[in-house]
Amino acid sequence: MEDKQRNLQYNRYVNSKIPKTHPWPTLFYSFIVGGLICVLGQGINDIIMVLFPYMSQASAWAITLIVLIFLASFLTGLGIYDQIGKFAGGGSIVPITGFSNSIASPSIEFKSEGIIYGICVKMFTIAGPVIVFGTVSSVLVGFIYWIIGMF
Amino acid sequence: MEREQTIILKNKPKIVGFYAIAGPKEGKGNFGPYFDYVMKNDHFGEDTFEKAERKMMETALSGVIEKSKLTAKEIDLMIGGDLLNQIISSSYAARAFEFPFIGVYGACSTMAESMAVGSVLIDGGYCKHIVCCTGSHFSTAERQYRFPLELGNQRPPTSQWTVTGAGACVLSKEGDGPHISSVTFGKVVDWGIGDVNDMGAAMAPAARDTMLNHFKNTNTKPEDYDLIVTGDLGKLGAEILVDLMEEEGYKLGVNYGDCGQMYFKYNQNTLCGGSGAGCSATVLNSYILKKFKEGQYKKVLFMPTGALLSTTSSQQGDTVPGVCHAIVIEA
Repeated sequence: MEDKQRNLQYNRYVNSKIPKTHPWPTLFYSFIVGGLICVLGQGINDIIMVLFPYMSQASAWAITLIVLIFLASFLTGLGIYDQIGKFAGGGSIVPITGFSNSIASPSIEFKSEGIIYGICVKMFTIAGPVIVFGTVSSVLVGFIYWIIGMF
Repeated sequence: MEREQTIILKNKPKIVGFYAIAGPKEGKGNFGPYFDYVMKNDHFGEDTFEKAERKMMETALSGVIEKSKLTAKEIDLMIGGDLLNQIISSSYAARAFEFPFIGVYGACSTMAESMAVGSVLIDGGYCKHIVCCTGSHFSTAERQYRFPLELGNQRPPTSQWTVTGAGACVLSKEGDGPHISSVTFGKVVDWGIGDVNDMGAAMAPAARDTMLNHFKNTNTKPEDYDLIVTGDLGKLGAEILVDLMEEEGYKLGVNYGDCGQMYFKYNQNTLCGGSGAGCSATVLNSYILKKFKEGQYKKVLFMPTGALLSTTSSQQGDTVPGVCHAIVIEA
């Protein structure tokens, strides 16, 4: 019991000493970089629409995403994306480029353990939960749509 | 043991040789000029970082044996450890040599742990020459404990930077060099810190415990030492230790330092400083022992701490226990 009390007290003391992240600069940088990535996406989309005027908007969106995913993986391979991430935080994690980075980085890292046990198995160590939650929530939303559609 | 936790060594095992090798970032840090060898890149000519870590330890081993003017045949025993699962770096490095090997694991306190065990064996008259070797590698540790290197995440402000480097020393019954006068083996202490990014706070209570027992058992106080140095408590952990010791009535003054806190320069962006088994190992086997040679230090209390967690224990929500082993080096 005495130990528990001491641990609680120690944790409280440590928490008071921990250097804190400053929220405002962090938010500012992530807003700027996240915004720039979105502007870049919009730019790619507009260019595609100009180059291929008969393409449907949905296909143009898909191609935009593919281009963004490629760019992020490419920059990850060059060792640039993690530098952006250090600076931007959530700004470069939340857009689809962050997802691409989270798949590409373990693939590079675990290449040394071979293609099957290294790249293929470890590829989803970070992005795996995102895919699981994405799939599960899309099924749930689909189910709700289906119920609503019945009335 | 005569005194609880502490053994006073009567036959004064000597440190006859020491060697430190470190990575390029470490070479640019505060201890850079003191290392025997600074690697040009983290790969060290190998195709994986694990192999690079192993090669680093092999280099440290052969380097220290040569510097001690011995041959591998004369070494009775190697004691060493590292941070990787199943301490592969040390055992694979030992594979290249023909002496027997004892693997020890004390996380970042491994250097003191292996030297403590080694000096006791020499003091007892069982061995003539023992080589102790410890190392860590930033990239292998990141991969085992944290995230891939290229992942674009931010490090929390309490996090520390695992040192790429290995240190080795040869302990001998006779010869020139400073000697180890006493060792204090540490208890595993856990004060309930659960944050794996805050190792300093998790290990500080272990350092406090070992330090208190050591002072009590050897009847010394902080002022009796030229230098009291912990391993990798980092900036935050070192501050906490000073506070904890003050509560117990000991004032750690200018003769106290932490290898991790002092390791990197401010602009190297390592937040709370260096960490890892290589952190204290490279500082001891370069800067500290060189200062003994120059006559600047006469008595040093070297007490690195280790966080005894694994990724499994932390994912299962367990807290982080710490351990701290202390050795006293005297000229």
